[in-house]
Amino acid sequence: MNATSDRPKVGLFVTCLVDLFRPVVGFAAVKLIEDAGCQVDVPMAQTCCGQPAYNSGDRADTRAIAENTIRAFEGFDYVVAPSGSCAGMLKKHYPALFKGDPAWEARAKAFSAKVHELVSFLVDVRGMDRVTAANAGAVTYHDSCSGLRELGIKGQPRALLSSMAGTEIREMRDPDVCCGFGGTFCVKYPDISNATVEQKTGCIEASGAKTLLAGDLGCLMNMAGKLKRQGSRVEARHVAEVLAGMTDTAPIGGKG
Amino acid sequence: MQITSPAFKQNARHALDDAQLQKALGNVRGGFIDKRQKAVDALPEFDALRDSARDIKNHTLENLDLYLEAYEKQVTAAGGHVHWAETAADARRIVLDICRMTNARTVTKGKSMITEEIELNDFLEAAGIQPIETDLGEYIIQLRGEHPSHIIAPAVHVNKEQVEADFRRVHNHLAPDRDLTEPETLLDEARRILRAKYFEADVGITGANFLVAETGSSIIVTNEGNGDLTQLLPRVHVVLASIEKIVPTLNDASQILRVLARSATGQDMSVYTTLSTGPKRNGDPDGPEQYHVILLDNGRSSMLGTEFQEMLRCIRCGACMNHCPVYHAIGGHAYGWVYPGPMGAVLTPALIGIDKGGHLPNASTFCGRCEAVCPMKIPLPKMMRHWREKEFERGLNPATQRYGLGIWAWFARRPWAYNLATSLGIPVLGMLGGRNRRFSWLPLAGGWTRHRDLPAPDSRTFRQQWRERDAIKQGALS
Ligand code: SF4
Repeated sequence: MNATSDRPKVGLFVTCLVDLFRPVVGFAAVKLIEDAGCQVDVPMAQTCCGQPAYNSGDRADTRAIAENTIRAFEGFDYVVAPSGSCAGMLKKHYPALFKGDPAWEARAKAFSAKVHELVSFLVDVRGMDRVTAANAGAVTYHDSCSGLRELGIKGQPRALLSSMAGTEIREMRDPDVCCGFGGTFCVKYPDISNATVEQKTGCIEASGAKTLLAGDLGCLMNMAGKLKRQGSRVEARHVAEVLAGMTDTAPIGGKG
Repeated sequence: MQITSPAFKQNARHALDDAQLQKALGNVRGGFIDKRQKAVDALPEFDALRDSARDIKNHTLENLDLYLEAYEKQVTAAGGHVHWAETAADARRIVLDICRMTNARTVTKGKSMITEEIELNDFLEAAGIQPIETDLGEYIIQLRGEHPSHIIAPAVHVNKEQVEADFRRVHNHLAPDRDLTEPETLLDEARRILRAKYFEADVGITGANFLVAETGSSIIVTNEGNGDLTQLLPRVHVVLASIEKIVPTLNDASQILRVLARSATGQDMSVYTTLSTGPKRNGDPDGPEQYHVILLDNGRSSMLGTEFQEMLRCIRCGACMNHCPVYHAIGGHAYGWVYPGPMGAVLTPALIGIDKGGHLPNASTFCGRCEAVCPMKIPLPKMMRHWREKEFERGLNPATQRYGLGIWAWFARRPWAYNLATSLGIPVLGMLGGRNRRFSWLPLAGGWTRHRDLPAPDSRTFRQQWRERDAIKQGALS
């Protein structure tokens, strides 16, 4: 046996979108976390972080989902999610849900302290400063809102991408402006969401990059869906796929 | 002002189809943001100032009654009058009484969102008194019979060419061949017209950016100097302000002033910062004979002690809307009442009711840019979410939404059912995704596919694949 048992135990919070729509992101996350010297497991009792309920004002269901999640991950040293939005929910909003509840408040806080978004976990917690994956060509990176503003993720993905020989980051204009996804927002207010994602795809196209990267599948599906509808050649991928060198799968929304 | 917030979706649609508006909105996206950023970058202590501004207002709100009373005392001592208005109707009546008492025919007005909130202009006109807006933006929209679409740039939805057309239409005593193609020429013409009006006015009404308890002063900030002329030249000066404008001391006011203009326009300070304390005193060369302050509540005190109290820190700088992707897309009128953008999305439901203003806190992606730039560090998304909770508790959201959410939540709460449903459903959906790996249409997904394709899922969920991988590993080990 090797020393796997000494390695920190990471519970992967897959996120519902990665689980249902893009498993490769989950496998890429597992590879990167293992490369960072950790062992990974995926508790089967997880579903979703609860944001659809939370952001619809449904606190009771949110709490029930949060309790499940906390229970499922209590045995791990870290909880890592390949999404700034879901990690933000687990880290920043769960404690607020249980505020003043003697049975749960401390548990929720202990849980939240262990939660990290994938790329910031790699860089900030595990000190990773390079990846071995091959050249990803000309890429542009969209800063998803929660990751950027709730968790301070901006430099970390760019640092790892820059470590890939031959990869060129072509910054788009306003990379930190919302893509218009907003969870249920994009189906509740489709016209406004569309106006916003059109601004975004304009910036993406103008960057001249061949690949659009981001750390949140929701935003990526929104932007990729719009790019496809507009007939764009730009391909969209989760940043973890590129960092892990797992780009055999077709890009989000397919090729061409 | 007619409330059209319940028709927010239609309003938004119209706004998106309005080419003139879309052109004008380009100015918001570009102008304000860069200017603010430059000003912030040039002041290393900006964030510390925000903290202190927040703390000042928090302290004030915790002791609001004390400071309001202290303020009233000082105003009275300086020879002014304080009037308390619980509702918009009260405030209107008090203004009218003052106008009647002084036989006013014409009233000049500095920029004030409160007078919009209480619909003062229509009311005065109906009473035979002519209100004249003196802020250039306000003057333009008064000519157009519109309402402000932005709290600091009321006419931001109007293009230069439209203003030219309005001026030619209304100022028809001027030479028709005059040149009005440049913003400066427009400004010049408005100035000349307004100059005369200042001298005709009997009463000048201004808002207030701050009311200072220590001295009984009201403070306004402007860039055109119109506020000074409005409050100095007429016989009577009326300050119309809501109760949360109060700060304890002049020092407090000057601290908050340091973040106000920077957040609003990117200026270090506005061009004019004007304090007024009571009427003209013996020996003063000029100033009004009477000085009145109307303190409006209109629902604000009921926000105290609730999850919405923090909204009362707002200093109306407009930074939240300047940075809001929703505001950028649809402008201010679509919000359907006085206050647009993120601050409106929180304040409006408090003032007109969540039953009427319900769309506003929902129409946000929670991108958090508003909170990130708010000089008063108001947690706007959090409070929008609180409004959604109120809505949900009262069953106000649409039945289809509740139903869909209910089904989803039933599964999300039960991992076994969720696993079963997704491991059956996803392979089907994955298969339907075909070679293109995306859908351009899907039943029940019209909100998504109207404007964009929907990427198709894989043939199996991540967890199905993970379990298989695990099983193989176990098999290999045994
Ligand atoms: S909420 Fe904040 S950013 Fe918006 S107007 Fe008020 S003070 Fe300014």
